[in-house]
Amino acid sequence: MAASAVGVIFSNLHEENVPELVRRRTIASVPFGGRYRLIDFPLSNMVNAGITTVGIMTNNNYRSLIDHLGSGKDWDLARKDGGIILLPPFSDENENLYKTRLEALKSVTGFLARRQENYVVLSDCDGVARIDISDILDYHEEKNADITMVTHYEEVEKTANYMLIGADKEGRVNEVKLNPRIRGKAKADVYINVMVFNRQFLLNLVEDSIAHGDTSFESDVIAKQLNSLKIYRYDFRGYYAGIHSMAAYYKHNMELLNKEVRDELFGARDIYTKVRDSAPSKYGEETVVRNSLISDGCEIEGVVENSILFRGVKVARGAVVRNSIIMQDNIIGAYASLDCVITDKNVVISDRRNLSGCEVLPYFIQKGTLL
Amino acid sequence: MRRKKECVAMLLAGGQGSRLFALTNNIAKPAVAFGAKYRIIDFPLSNCINSGIDTVGVLTQYQPLILNEYIGNGQPWDLDRAFGGVHILSPYQAKARSTWYEGTANAIYQNMHFMKMYNPDYVLILSGDHIYKMDYAAMLQAHIDKGADCTIAAIEVPLSEASRFGILNTNPDGSIYQFEEKPKVPKSTLASMGIYIFTAEKLFKYLEEDEADPNSSKDFGKDVLPAMLNAGEKMFSYLFEGYWKDVGTIASLWQANMDLLGDPPAFDVNDKSWKIHSRNPLAPPEYIGDSAIVKNSMVALGCEIEGTVEHSVLGSNVIVEKGAVVKDAVVLANSVIRAGASVSYSIIDENVTVGKNAVIGVERNPKAEIVVLGRDITVGDGVKVLSGQKNEKNILA
Repeated sequence: MAASAVGVIFSNLHEENVPELVRRRTIASVPFGGRYRLIDFPLSNMVNAGITTVGIMTNNNYRSLIDHLGSGKDWDLARKDGGIILLPPFSDENENLYKTRLEALKSVTGFLARRQENYVVLSDCDGVARIDISDILDYHEEKNADITMVTHYEEVEKTANYMLIGADKEGRVNEVKLNPRIRGKAKADVYINVMVFNRQFLLNLVEDSIAHGDTSFESDVIAKQLNSLKIYRYDFRGYYAGIHSMAAYYKHNMELLNKEVRDELFGARDIYTKVRDSAPSKYGEETVVRNSLISDGCEIEGVVENSILFRGVKVARGAVVRNSIIMQDNIIGAYASLDCVITDKNVVISDRRNLSGCEVLPYFIQKGTLL
Repeated sequence: MRRKKECVAMLLAGGQGSRLFALTNNIAKPAVAFGAKYRIIDFPLSNCINSGIDTVGVLTQYQPLILNEYIGNGQPWDLDRAFGGVHILSPYQAKARSTWYEGTANAIYQNMHFMKMYNPDYVLILSGDHIYKMDYAAMLQAHIDKGADCTIAAIEVPLSEASRFGILNTNPDGSIYQFEEKPKVPKSTLASMGIYIFTAEKLFKYLEEDEADPNSSKDFGKDVLPAMLNAGEKMFSYLFEGYWKDVGTIASLWQANMDLLGDPPAFDVNDKSWKIHSRNPLAPPEYIGDSAIVKNSMVALGCEIEGTVEHSVLGSNVIVEKGAVVKDAVVLANSVIRAGASVSYSIIDENVTVGKNAVIGVERNPKAEIVVLGRDITVGDGVKVLSGQKNEKNILA
């Protein structure tokens, strides 16, 4: 059993990766994989590691996140001591809403100071993975590290902003590259925005950094103190889906159509999410569904291929949905045809409407659109 | 002022359901799975909360483990309340006596203190073996409007089936003048649904009297209701029009599952105005594979389907491998149908494995009977299970 830890999840960082999806929500509440929100993955990973207190940092647009989390009971985090604790920002005339991770951390030192746990696990919501956090905590203890950063060896894209990590044989981090230029196809150890600290150490570090006038946690705090701090990297070898762009969002959703990916994400431990009490999905007399992930509450009369349908989607007779991600409560009209389309929640596609995008640039339709 | 509840519901969930064979070997009838993700008890519990009744006693006696675990603190039905909520009421030892529940009336009698805790004006008696959506609040309003002592929900049944039910003979104003339990020659087609609303003080009085009567069989239909009628209490029928199905037999359980299919279905569980609440499986969306054919079916979360599924209802996490065919069947949670197997006109309980190329049942026809495979069993590769067989043990060859 891993040592006790408190979780902190940043619900707003990296929103520039998927601007279309975060117009009216946090990146944490971006729908993913048919019935999940991105925050379900880090949150479930924490719960599965025995963490019972998770602070959730919010900055703006967090209405949908509050709605999703509720009391926390769907993650077994409705607790008398701890549970889910929303940490919205304070603001007054001298202090604007925080913009960086460091400013955000500064604003929750009070919360962290009052906890008793030895460790703090920080996680962002820009990645989908089933990570065994207790294993990271064991590693962190074993290395007697100040900071453990989780990395994933993967192919890097030109368009995304990365923090690439270099480490020695022991795993001690000796190089950090922020937003490096990427030429051609390359693989690298990418920091995946999950970090472990000794709680007291983190509190001191934040206090020092503020005293020094630092503004960026990554470039001012981590990159500059590689020698003085014991920073280790934990090499995560499992499936990791970084949501670096709309194209990546589309690609990683589609990867769930591979059995290996599903088995790894959902097989061993539970991924929790908000329960909606939807009825089981219904398939009609003329329905054709192939290679697709269908969530509950759907009613399908038409054709669905290579697609992901969220809860409560209706696909009318004669409609054809291919290579698309159709979010909650969409209605796809009769004989409509969709190819490489991402529709946000509550979209209505009229009868006989034709829409298509392509894999690298899926056609996105905003929440609540009536087309 | 003492805190009180206007109406308390008492749900009789003790039934063994022996006509469901292997399906109720280890679980009480109200806990039997239905409609891919539900259990029978979800329907009366959802009806209660949707009708504004938030205090429910669930009387259990037979194999209560799964039922108790399922109900838990009642949170899935929004029945975890500071005052009220759902409570499991098992038989208990008392100073003067300790007995099992003997008959429906005795079961309620033994829990008089539970009802009195809420100081109710009315008590709603329910059973846990029917599939239906009903607004109990409307029935309660009718009870109040008529100044009744007891109101019995009733449904019109075909004359040919009337002798299987408790039949209500009523005056034009709905008042009951005669109550006949399974009459050979029915005088009316108005059948009792086993749903009663009593004015609380009358219920308590007649339960006390019934308990004191050594000749009583302690049953509502046979003893308490006739006694009230004989004493001249005001008893009314309340006509229910809508889908109502007793799922007490294999055939009716199968049929009720099939009634969820079609457009529109005979019974709609995807009704936003009357949500059926349940405990939800923790599972990803179902995956329908490249070689799959899924038609006219209901499929729950977590299923992985590569074979053919037609006119069937599949519980959560069911696996149908390539080349397997499931037709006219109910397959409950976590069962696996291996490659090339065929399952027709059957009810497959939870966690069953049907081996490769095994043949379960025959194509549905007027002479065919439903096959039942009980919980946790394995059917070996290539094994044939004939029409109408009810199995509760592994069949390996």
